[in-house]
Amino acid sequence: MFAYIVRRMFQSVIVLLVVGLVAFSMFRFVGDPIDNMLGQERTQADIDRLRTELGLDQPFPVQYFKFLQGAVQGNFGVSYRQGRPVSTIIAERAPATLELAFVSGFLAITLGIALGVFTAIRRQGIAANVIMTVSLIGVSLPTFLIGILLIYIFSVELDLLPSFGRGETVMIGNWSTGFLTASGLKALILPAITLGLYQMTLIMRLVRSEMLEVLRADYVRFARARGLSDRVINFRHALKNTLVPVITITGLQLGSIIAFAIITETVFQWPGVGLLFINAIQFVDIPVMAAYLMLISVMFVTINLIVDLLYYAIDPRLRVDARAT
Amino acid sequence: MTETVETPQTAPNSRFAKFWDGDFAWSFRHSPVALVASLVVVVLVLAAIFAPLIAPYNPFDPATLNLMNGFTPPGTPNAFTQETFLLGTDDQGRDVFSTILYGLRISLFVGTAAVVLAMIIGVILGLVAAYYGGWIETFIMRVADVQLTFPAILVAMLIFGIAKGVTPPEYRNEMAIYVLIIAIALSDWVQFARVVRGAALVEKNKEYVQAARLIGRGSLPIMFRHILPNVLSPVLVIATISLALAIIAEATLSFLGVGAPPTQPSLGTLIRIGQGFLFSGEWWILFFPACTLLALALSVNLLGDWLRDALNPKLR
Repeated sequence: MFAYIVRRMFQSVIVLLVVGLVAFSMFRFVGDPIDNMLGQERTQADIDRLRTELGLDQPFPVQYFKFLQGAVQGNFGVSYRQGRPVSTIIAERAPATLELAFVSGFLAITLGIALGVFTAIRRQGIAANVIMTVSLIGVSLPTFLIGILLIYIFSVELDLLPSFGRGETVMIGNWSTGFLTASGLKALILPAITLGLYQMTLIMRLVRSEMLEVLRADYVRFARARGLSDRVINFRHALKNTLVPVITITGLQLGSIIAFAIITETVFQWPGVGLLFINAIQFVDIPVMAAYLMLISVMFVTINLIVDLLYYAIDPRLRVDARAT
Repeated sequence: MTETVETPQTAPNSRFAKFWDGDFAWSFRHSPVALVASLVVVVLVLAAIFAPLIAPYNPFDPATLNLMNGFTPPGTPNAFTQETFLLGTDDQGRDVFSTILYGLRISLFVGTAAVVLAMIIGVILGLVAAYYGGWIETFIMRVADVQLTFPAILVAMLIFGIAKGVTPPEYRNEMAIYVLIIAIALSDWVQFARVVRGAALVEKNKEYVQAARLIGRGSLPIMFRHILPNVLSPVLVIATISLALAIIAEATLSFLGVGAPPTQPSLGTLIRIGQGFLFSGEWWILFFPACTLLALALSVNLLGDWLRDALNPKLR
């Protein structure tokens, strides 16, 4: 167990170092930082001075090490476009994205599992078939079209919900939250549905197929023969055993929620980190891009690590495999 | 579907007849979904190829544009110029039908080119990994694993962003399409590499490969002339499904403003433009490009699903 954890963490660190190298190379080779920082009227002496000051005259590995040192301390330099430290900008934007991701993740997991169980138990029912068909269309629709469709229905035609922004927010310390105001909650509905829909259908289909398989298993038939009620069989016996793969996929999907938030945030002009990243790409704002890349990979690697370890803890068969290799 | 009585031909006289009588064609003829989907794809592809001939206007020739024609609703004559447009016009008086045809062209070109490029990269790396094994295999598959943990769209965005930073500003618009192709291809090669490696690992130990090695054929001919043809059918399935994903990825990137530029709009760019007029009531600028994109992505997707089932011997 211990060896497995150590090996797994070692892998994660290597991945992060490689991503760091990519991010660092962006700084170093995409555009000249000196060009970006000094204005038109510069002398060679200025350039040389700044080069020494920034440490750009040092060998590549030394620079890379310094970059990593800064990155670990949350220092990613100054945004070319806004002229403010990247860490400050991201800290301002993070609450919006995290709240959106949290709500849509919650929606996706609860509704996904509930609908998955429902469609598995009532396999022949009309409602279940309708849900399955709708979900098929939902999977084929690109996320941004779902967002536009929702805006068209609920903002343009019905005029019920706002189509952009976060509404009013309240500051709690450094955290700006939209949970406490009516307009903030209203503004959250459409983006959260847009972002969560795809993950929800995915979880639902997964739960359904796992559940159908488990319901055919011998131990479920024995449980039925013992005269246990349907509710006990479905929820105590069957659902529990479908959850192992569901946890893995759900965990991995949490990462993609953050990534797909980029699309949703652009459609709804949600002032989060994803919108920041898209604007950074459009204006080639390298420090912001690099910081976003580092942040998101730390998140992905951590999620993957946790999922792997959880899986290892849940499924005893893996332990045997790990020892064998 | 009309059920025709199959008259078993004793000797198929041409390659086509042989193919037409095969399992594959049979399952195609008997799947309404595949027939309709392929019909839609063929119509859209033909429309894209012959766009300059079909389109009533050239939307990118400023000489033919008349700003007075702006915001003409579909099928009704414009208040000033009395011209009618089948699907209406956008804010600059461009005929929506024509922009869709040209946009379809760019979407299909980027999607197809990206999948072909991803396929070439993936197949080569997958074959090399399976054939040589050792640290080469470990390295390639590790990179693939790591990349797979990041969503493809994010990888494509990042590559697009870096490439944009590297190209000088005056070329950015011209290069955007090619950068887009490379970005989508590099985000998509992993699927191909994994499948090819898996299939090639099995083929590698079969007698015919050993025989080829014994008669002294080199590594390259064995990989590409002997093993490759035997691992192609799963590659075909993945390519079709990838095409749908690539078309959607391209549309998404263009919609986000990090793809095809407004001077060469793809369907995604058109949807981006149309979204701005949703609130002012000019729904057609958004609606028709969105429907075209949906029809294209959905049909390619359905074709891919059908192909997967048709080529899977377990399901026969």
